[in-house]
Amino acid sequence: MTSLVSNFDEFMDGLWKQNPIFVMVLGMCPTLAVTVSAINSISMGLATTFVLVASCLLVSLLRHAIPKEVRIASYIVIIATFVTVVDYAIQAISLELYEALGAYIKLIVANCILLGRAEAHAAKTPPVAASLNACGMGLGFTLGLLAIGAVREIFGSGMLFGVSLFGPHFQPWVIMVLPPGGFFVLAGWLILFAAIKARNSSQLSSGERALEGGKS
Amino acid sequence: MSRDPEITSSTDMIRALGLIAAICGIIIVGVYEFTLDAVNANKKIALERQVFKVFPHAKTVDAFDALPGGISPAGDHDALAGAVRFYAAYDATGKLAGIAAEGSSAGYADQVRVLYAWDPEKQLIIGLGVISMRETPGIGDKILVDRDFLHNFVALDVSLAADLNSLAHMVKTVKHGTKSHDWEIDAISGATVTSKAVGRGINQSAQALLPRLMPHLAQLRNKS
Amino acid sequence: MKPTIELRAAPHVHSGISVPVIMRNVVGALLPICAFSVWQYGISAAALILTVTASCLLTERFFSSRTGLGNTLADWSAAITGILLALTLPPNFPLWMGVVAGFIAIALGKSLFGGMGFNPFNPALVGRAFVQGAFPSTIASFVPSYAPQRFTEFVPSTLTAPLMQAADNSAWIGHAAIDAFTGATPLARWKFENFTYSAGDFMTGVVTASAGETSAILILACGVYLAMRRYLDWRIPVAVLGSALILAWAFHLAVPARYPEPVFVLLSGGLMLGAIFMATDMATSPVTPVGVWIYGALIGIVSVVIRYFGGLTEGVMYAILIANAASPLIDQMTQPKVFGARSR
Repeated sequence: MTSLVSNFDEFMDGLWKQNPIFVMVLGMCPTLAVTVSAINSISMGLATTFVLVASCLLVSLLRHAIPKEVRIASYIVIIATFVTVVDYAIQAISLELYEALGAYIKLIVANCILLGRAEAHAAKTPPVAASLNACGMGLGFTLGLLAIGAVREIFGSGMLFGVSLFGPHFQPWVIMVLPPGGFFVLAGWLILFAAIKARNSSQLSSGERALEGGKS
Repeated sequence: MSRDPEITSSTDMIRALGLIAAICGIIIVGVYEFTLDAVNANKKIALERQVFKVFPHAKTVDAFDALPGGISPAGDHDALAGAVRFYAAYDATGKLAGIAAEGSSAGYADQVRVLYAWDPEKQLIIGLGVISMRETPGIGDKILVDRDFLHNFVALDVSLAADLNSLAHMVKTVKHGTKSHDWEIDAISGATVTSKAVGRGINQSAQALLPRLMPHLAQLRNKS
Repeated sequence: MKPTIELRAAPHVHSGISVPVIMRNVVGALLPICAFSVWQYGISAAALILTVTASCLLTERFFSSRTGLGNTLADWSAAITGILLALTLPPNFPLWMGVVAGFIAIALGKSLFGGMGFNPFNPALVGRAFVQGAFPSTIASFVPSYAPQRFTEFVPSTLTAPLMQAADNSAWIGHAAIDAFTGATPLARWKFENFTYSAGDFMTGVVTASAGETSAILILACGVYLAMRRYLDWRIPVAVLGSALILAWAFHLAVPARYPEPVFVLLSGGLMLGAIFMATDMATSPVTPVGVWIYGALIGIVSVVIRYFGGLTEGVMYAILIANAASPLIDQMTQPKVFGARSR
């Protein structure tokens, strides 16, 4: 029972509490580059999730076999392998998607979330927990990308998942599909999260104060 | 570190790395073999879609490489160094409908890759499609939709010079509203950089391809 | 606990001039320019100025109440941002885009940095830069001045429904029956057609331009008034216009056929408005005497360079934003030597 709870915690950790984009602010390169549409964001997010889960699982399985002197080299080789796998898989699924994501699929290998998770978590955790945590992180990353991609697609082209929302006379906000738009939308979400956090903590501290007042 | 770190022997490190490399190698080769057919099929479909866009009557497409000494059917691999890849489009009866080739040049943001349709009978470029670009939406990407701009490619003169070694006139992009010859491309006002990239790409490709292609055109007349 | 120290934005000089007094006078100096703009472009320009200013004021109100700054509308700075922003937009700019520009100007350009005095960039230009990036084609389409129906009919694009593309103005322009209206600004005509206007055209404002850029004389007169009352630093506009003039003159002397008369550079586009009302923003310009000259010269030079060699027809906006970004550095490098201190 406790293991179930802790596994669930492992999963939720990445999805919300330590969301790679909004809380840890990791992996900004693909975050800003590919989030011009919701579909691109989801594809990129799922590709990263796959690499994350597969590499964390393998790292976790091999964690006793990898000497610590060569661990970084081992992790990078493992991550690069699964990035290559995803690269072929996306080419086989859709060339259009492959063109849209461009070099950023190959650049997943340099995404700091992957090495960070392998080093900080998977190398010290049994396989089930490691892959659950990786899955949560990956889905949290996907969620973050989707939040940015959806806003940019709505403003930048008046569509969501390719479905037109405002009819043919919509005026696209060109800047939203250009790199500055990525920065603006990311900043907007970060402000929102910071505001929620500030409000929660102020409520918490006022609650504590009330408690202390009752005591004295 | 409170505890004395254990010293790992070199053989252990090499063994571990070797094990990982072996596992990874097997995975990559397996996936490559598994996806190869689907990837090639996708590439072929994407290519045909592009070519059919500039030759609406075409039914089949064959890829060729133009080398200095002649032309040869292209294999699955990318074009060899020094070869120019082009595509012969055939209609339903197997007759040559035209030749399509890629021109690419640096635009405002990234390479602008276009596919131009060449009519061997008239020695004219008769159509233009865009393969890929990352130009500014609303400005550079007008090359896809701007009627006046696309009208440049209904009959763009790329006839060869008398010595058959180069084009009679260089394909050139000129300022908006100043086109005065059939080999000039009227730029989109406000999107000059992208317009010029299109012109430059076509010029480079046509200069390299057409002199090699002309002597061997008879080989391509009918689908082999 | 009562705060013992009140933190305030520059300037700190005790001269009886407070921030609201300066700001009120700047608004006063902008009103004649607004009036002239409305006279030229009619109710569309009036609606644009009012809407953009209202958008700025509401945004300011929202953020200042949220951040606990209290009511900051009384210092008039948001109103100035709104009016200046409206004056840099085409008079036929859709109102809903004006609202977006006003919101971005205050929210992104000012409030996020902590309100008045803390903004590194001129808020009005941040707003304009955003809509320039978002709606590049709409911001480059203009209507003629002095159209006969300007006081009775709105330009169609002004009343465009929110989020929709700007309505087509060709019927309205046709109705105005103005000869030789090209829809291109003098700078664009010079760049693409090698056509220059005479100085007199700029004085009367018959050229195509943004709402408040047309009459160089009027802007200059308002600037002189503010400078005489010491509400703006006269060295900044002099440095901006002077450096632009010298550079333009040098280019014209070198290749007369290619580059226009220096006076054309001075009077066309937003250089005059930018030099007098935007480059002089106290929060975003340097404070050292030498720094002010460097800052002004940077704006003038970058403006001319962008106009002559850039892809855009007008470069004043980006020139000022670049100089804004450089101004802390300029300040740091031009600090006066402390008396008795050893040089490093």
